[in-house]
Amino acid sequence: MTIGLGHYLAVGAILFTLGILGIFLNRKNIIVILMSIELILLAVNTNLVAFSTFLGDIVGQVFALLVLTVAAAEAAIGLAILVVYFRNRGSIAVEDVNLMKG
Amino acid sequence: MSFETAGYQLAPVVPELVLAVGSMALLMLGAYRGQGTTKAITTLAVLLLVAAGVLELLLPAGKQVTFGGSFIVDDFARFMKILALIGSAVTLMLSTEFLSDPSRRIFEYSILVLLSTLGMMVLISAGDLISLYLGLELMSLALYVVATSNRDNAKSNEAGLKYFVLGALSSGMLLYGASLIYGFTGTVSFAGIAASATTASVGLVFGLVFLLAGLCFKVSAVPFHMWTPDVYEGAPTPVTAFFASAPKVAALAVFTRATLTAFPGIVTQWQQILVFVSIASMALGSFAAIGQTNIKRLMAYSSIGHMGFALVGLASGTVEGAQGVLTYILIYVAMTLGSFAVILAMKRNGQAVEQISDFAGLSRTNPLLAFFFAMLLFSLAGIPPLAGFFAKWYVFVAAIKANLFTLAVLGVLSSVVGAYYYLTIVKTMYFDEPAGQVDPVRVEVRAVLAVAGLFNILFALFAGPVVSAASAAAKSLF
Repeated sequence: MTIGLGHYLAVGAILFTLGILGIFLNRKNIIVILMSIELILLAVNTNLVAFSTFLGDIVGQVFALLVLTVAAAEAAIGLAILVVYFRNRGSIAVEDVNLMKG
Repeated sequence: MSFETAGYQLAPVVPELVLAVGSMALLMLGAYRGQGTTKAITTLAVLLLVAAGVLELLLPAGKQVTFGGSFIVDDFARFMKILALIGSAVTLMLSTEFLSDPSRRIFEYSILVLLSTLGMMVLISAGDLISLYLGLELMSLALYVVATSNRDNAKSNEAGLKYFVLGALSSGMLLYGASLIYGFTGTVSFAGIAASATTASVGLVFGLVFLLAGLCFKVSAVPFHMWTPDVYEGAPTPVTAFFASAPKVAALAVFTRATLTAFPGIVTQWQQILVFVSIASMALGSFAAIGQTNIKRLMAYSSIGHMGFALVGLASGTVEGAQGVLTYILIYVAMTLGSFAVILAMKRNGQAVEQISDFAGLSRTNPLLAFFFAMLLFSLAGIPPLAGFFAKWYVFVAAIKANLFTLAVLGVLSSVVGAYYYLTIVKTMYFDEPAGQVDPVRVEVRAVLAVAGLFNILFALFAGPVVSAASAAAKSLF
C-alpha cells in the first residue's frame, strides 16, 4: 500500500480532533490545554507539508515554518500568563478558573 | 545594492515600519531608563500612532500591492487603518490614569498596544493567508498580555488566561481552515483563491467554515462569543475599551476582505453562515444583556450584538453591504470609546465603580456626564437622529437590497429588544435617587467624551463625507 495525501490528511484530522477534545474534555490542568494547543498547530503543519509536497508548491512549507515560529511565541506567552496566574491563585486546576461566570 | 525589486517595494509599508521601529526604540528607552519613563513613553506612543496615521494618508492614492501580493494598500485598508489607529491612540490617552498608579507604572503597556496596532495594520492589509495569520497573531499575542497587565489582580489574570486559551484555540481553527483552503486551491493569495474557488468542493467548504469560525471568534460573533463577557469584566477598564474598539475594526476588516475578495465565487456558501451568525449575535446581544448588573459585562453583550448588526451588511455580499459595514464600524468605534470614557469617569473617592446601580441619579450629581452618556446609549440603541440610527439604516438597506428580508426583520426586532436595556440605564441615571457624588472627571477623559458625544449627536452633519469615504473604500474591494 502506498501512503498518499489522504493518509496524511487523516493523521492531521485526528491530531486536530484530539487537540480540540483535549481542550474541552480536560477538567484537570491548564498545562494540558497548552499541550492541546500545540497539538492543533502540529496538525496544521502536517496538513501544510503534505499539501505542499502533493502540489509541488513550496509556499506550504514556508507557511509551516512561520507557524512553528508563532507557535513558540504563543507557548512562551501562555506559560508566562500561567505563571502570573499561579502566583495569584496558587492553583492551575481548570475547575478553579471560576472568578467570573461564563 | 538595492533591497527593492519589482513587486517588493517598501514604500507602501512605511507606516508599519515606523510603528515597528518606533516601538522597538521605545522599548529600549523603557528598558534602560526604568519604570519612571512610563508617562513619557505613553505620550510618545500616542505621537507615534498619529505619525503612522499621517504617513498612511500621505501614501499615493489608489491601490498598491507589495511583497508579491501579500500586502495590499487600497482605500479600504486606509479607511480601516485610520480607524484602528484612532482607536488605539484614544485608548492610550484614556489609560494615562490607570498607568499613573505607582503600583502599575508599566511602560510595557504602551509598547504592547503599539505592537498590537502594528498587527492590526498588517491584518487589515493582508492579501494572503500567511500575512492574515501573522497579523492576527501579532495582534492577539500582544492583547493576551495587555489583558493580564494588572498583574496583582486575580480577575485580570483570569481574564488573560481565558482569552489566551480560547484565542489560541480559535487561531488553531483558523489555521486548520487556511491549510485546507491552501490544499484545495493550491495557493494562499486571496486573488489566487478567488480564481480557483469557483465551485464549492467539500474540502474547500470545510476550510472556509474553519476560517470563518476563527474570524468569528476575533469579532466575538455568536457561537464563539463565550470569552467576551469574562474578558471585558476582568480586564482593567482602559484595556476593555481597547478590546472593544481597535481589534474589532481590524478583525472586521479582514473578515470583509477575506470573504469578499477570496471567495466571491462561492457567495451562497458563506452567506448562509453569515446570516446565521449575525441573527444569533443580534439575538444574544439583546437578550443576554438584560439581566446584567455590571456595566462592563453589559458593554460586552452590547458589542456582541453590534458585531451581529455589522455582519448583516457583510452577509448581503454587495458594495452597499461593504459600505454599510464600514459606516457601522466607524460609528461603533465612536460610540464605544465615548461610553468607555463615561465608565472610566465613574469614580467615587478614587475607587472605580462598575455596577449599573452606581449610575443612579447621575443626572443630579453630574448632569453633563449623564447627558452625554444618555445620548451615547440612545445612539447605541439606534434612535434617530443619532449616529447609531444611521449605522443600522445602511446595513439594513443593504440587506433588503440583497433580498435578505428575514435577516433585516429579525435585526430590527432584536434592536428593539436591545433598546430596553439601554433605556433602563437612562432611567437609572435620570429617575433614581442619587447614589452619591462622583469624583471630578480627568481632562483627557472629558475631551474624549466631548468629541465622541458630539460626533454621535451631530452625525447628520458629517454623514455626507463619512458615507462617501466609506463608499470609496467599499468600491476598492470589488
